[in-house]
Amino acid sequence: MKTDELIAMLATGAGAVDAGAARRRFTLALALGGTCALVLMAVLMGVRADLARLALEPMFWTKLAYCAALAGAALALAVRMARPGARASGAASMLAAPLLVMWLLAVVALGGAAGSEREALVFGTTWRACAFSIAFLSLPLFGGLLWAMQGLAPTRPALAGAAAGVLSGAAAALIYSLHCPELGAPFLGIWYPLGMLIPAAAGALAGPRLLRW
Amino acid sequence: MREAEDRLSGQFARALAGDAAAYREFLAGLGALLRGFLRRRMERLPDDIEDLVQETLLAVHNQRHTYDPGQPLTAWVHAIARYKLVDFLRRRGSRQALDQPLDDEEEWLHAPESEAMGTKRDLAALLARLPDRQRLPIVHMKLEGLSAAETARRTGMSESAVKVGVHRGLKALAALIREET
Repeated sequence: MKTDELIAMLATGAGAVDAGAARRRFTLALALGGTCALVLMAVLMGVRADLARLALEPMFWTKLAYCAALAGAALALAVRMARPGARASGAASMLAAPLLVMWLLAVVALGGAAGSEREALVFGTTWRACAFSIAFLSLPLFGGLLWAMQGLAPTRPALAGAAAGVLSGAAAALIYSLHCPELGAPFLGIWYPLGMLIPAAAGALAGPRLLRW
Repeated sequence: MREAEDRLSGQFARALAGDAAAYREFLAGLGALLRGFLRRRMERLPDDIEDLVQETLLAVHNQRHTYDPGQPLTAWVHAIARYKLVDFLRRRGSRQALDQPLDDEEEWLHAPESEAMGTKRDLAALLARLPDRQRLPIVHMKLEGLSAAETARRTGMSESAVKVGVHRGLKALAALIREET
């Protein structure tokens, strides 16, 4: 087939293109993956019984805002990574902002705590389970987001996979917040990002294999 | 160069809105620019240039829904062309894959080369290997120019299955190209 013939073939009957395809894929992946993660959390871990009391704690809302900000920045990053030639550096620095704020809060909390309390602030009572729980809840979101990426055109597949992983981890952390009893800034600054890093690393490894086009 | 980009952007915008004639002009202009670009980048592999022009045009077509109208066309095309070039060189095990410069996004706009060269690969032969549910919609709609409704009547498929078949078939064609090289 000559190139002219290929061009004629591609152009023939090529209808209008739906500009919202990328947005729809990401929305669907987050909605379905998020619902699955929510059900997994509610059934296997359980929503906190004292949620009403927790809702009076400013740190609880800080935790939710922290996870939501990370998820928002990761979404902006993932959407850009899915489009050829889109600039991603701004979105990447948006990802750093909530982390820096939480680390600042952690330094303040640790500075104001007596030596014996510091360990409790860092490890809480659930540090062993935290990162793995977040990584576990991220699975349906991770699968959905890789599917979304597969229908788009990431030109840097390892980074695109990692961005999908961070996003699935941050959204999973938001859901895990409804189960997690921890409110210490040092805890949230360490174990939550660690939980997001697990799917991010998996995405970086899976990207070059699964996201070729 | 500015001029070339403005012309292509305008044609592509109309193409995305469903104007097939504008799309054809866009692809022809793009093909010439890609040929010029790849000729400069593939001095050691002259026989593969036209194949890669075709592969890149197919990629632009398959991924045209990822173009954001708010984004410069230059950056979008450059990222696709570079991705396909690096992928091709890597498949060939060429060390050139590692040292493809990134910086100049407008480089592909420089010198168009409208004279097509010979191909090593025959896309028609690859097309023939697709399953019927993809091949027949492509043959009827894209090669013979029938409408989706007519194609549906001839193949006994539903109209939406015909459209899906074209879409998936062209993606499958791109996958076959990757496997072959």
